[in-house]
Amino acid sequence: MARNPFRSEAEAYRFLLLTVGYFALIVVAASIATWLGVVVFVALTATALILWLRSRSNEPVLRPAVPTRGGGEDERRILVIANETVGGAELMQILRSKSEGVREQILVVCPALNSQVRTWASDEDGARAEAQRRLDASLSRLRQDGVQASGEVGDGDPVQAIEDALRTFGADEIVISTHPEGRSHWLERNVVGHARERFDVPITHVVVDLDAT
Amino acid sequence: MSAHAEPSAGHRHGPPIANQSSRVSSTVLGMFLFIASEAMLFGAFFTAYFFVRVVNPDAQPWPLPPFHLPVFVAGVNTAVLLTSSFTMHWALQSIKRGNRNGMKAGLVLTLMMGLAFLLTQMLEYARIGFNPSDGAFGTIFFGLTGLHGAHVFIGLTLLTVATVRAFRGHFTPEHHHGVEIPGIYWHFVDVMWIVVYATIYLL
Repeated sequence: MARNPFRSEAEAYRFLLLTVGYFALIVVAASIATWLGVVVFVALTATALILWLRSRSNEPVLRPAVPTRGGGEDERRILVIANETVGGAELMQILRSKSEGVREQILVVCPALNSQVRTWASDEDGARAEAQRRLDASLSRLRQDGVQASGEVGDGDPVQAIEDALRTFGADEIVISTHPEGRSHWLERNVVGHARERFDVPITHVVVDLDAT
Repeated sequence: MSAHAEPSAGHRHGPPIANQSSRVSSTVLGMFLFIASEAMLFGAFFTAYFFVRVVNPDAQPWPLPPFHLPVFVAGVNTAVLLTSSFTMHWALQSIKRGNRNGMKAGLVLTLMMGLAFLLTQMLEYARIGFNPSDGAFGTIFFGLTGLHGAHVFIGLTLLTVATVRAFRGHFTPEHHHGVEIPGIYWHFVDVMWIVVYATIYLL
């Protein structure tokens, strides 16, 4: 997300000063020679773009404040991010192994996958309804297998959905479930890698091959 | 295994519950859309302006006679507008520190300098020696500077409301949204003027 230079009065004032400096340098250079004005314009614009892109990639790692926990040391909170693969055998096996000997709290987040245009137009009702349907089916499947979990529909961007969930669910661990490589849009977008860079919580990646089961 | 199962959303009457993602808050999205629409609006005028320049590659100096722009007067006007941004910033910093008098002084000075800018521009229009119907350059000049003047007028309206509210004691160090928003808009208007002035008068 691009940073809005008009987010506050102070930032808008800073942006104004930068704009004055930017155009002052261009005008001074152009008054010396037209070609120099063009060179300064290109150089300043490129510098501004590079600095902007660098500032975006240097976003600090989110270290979410873990909410107060009612459970004891034997409680383990697992945040599961999955879309269609939540009922897969591989994921079930992982969840069982992680909950052995402890009281687990599992929160399943199902991102409301949507197109960019619909997201920007706030047309999310259909996507959320579809995600809710998948979530209900998934929770039901988990219950059949003896795993009790709560669930919620999350943002269409899985990394954002994790961030949203972490703000209210202090997870000890995150499990991201995807289709195998080649069939997974999330892997294509390096969702797991971005999540590992962004969150200071152990992340387990589970590949679920629904066609094999 | 323990934990609980959360009931799914059942059927309900009426419109669906509004959902809001934390990815794009409505206020940030609104400001983005506003800036984008303004950029496109001014961009359309700048496109027309540069088109007029590009189709006249031999026009040196620019603009061609009989058009003559009062660069110095506009420069002084630009300095007035930039100073008004500083006083606006001062007004907001003052109320953040609990200095109500500073805020009032800052807002009044900003209002007066904004008015001075607009009046000077109107005088410039009266004495510039050409009008909007005098060729493409005249049309673009009045269109672009007039569009900016309209934004200044809107900004002055917002500032007047903020100033009246300031004198009625509506703002505190904790609650000064009514100063912050006109301030953001005022700086935006100034940014656009820097672009207009540099492009039309100087380059």
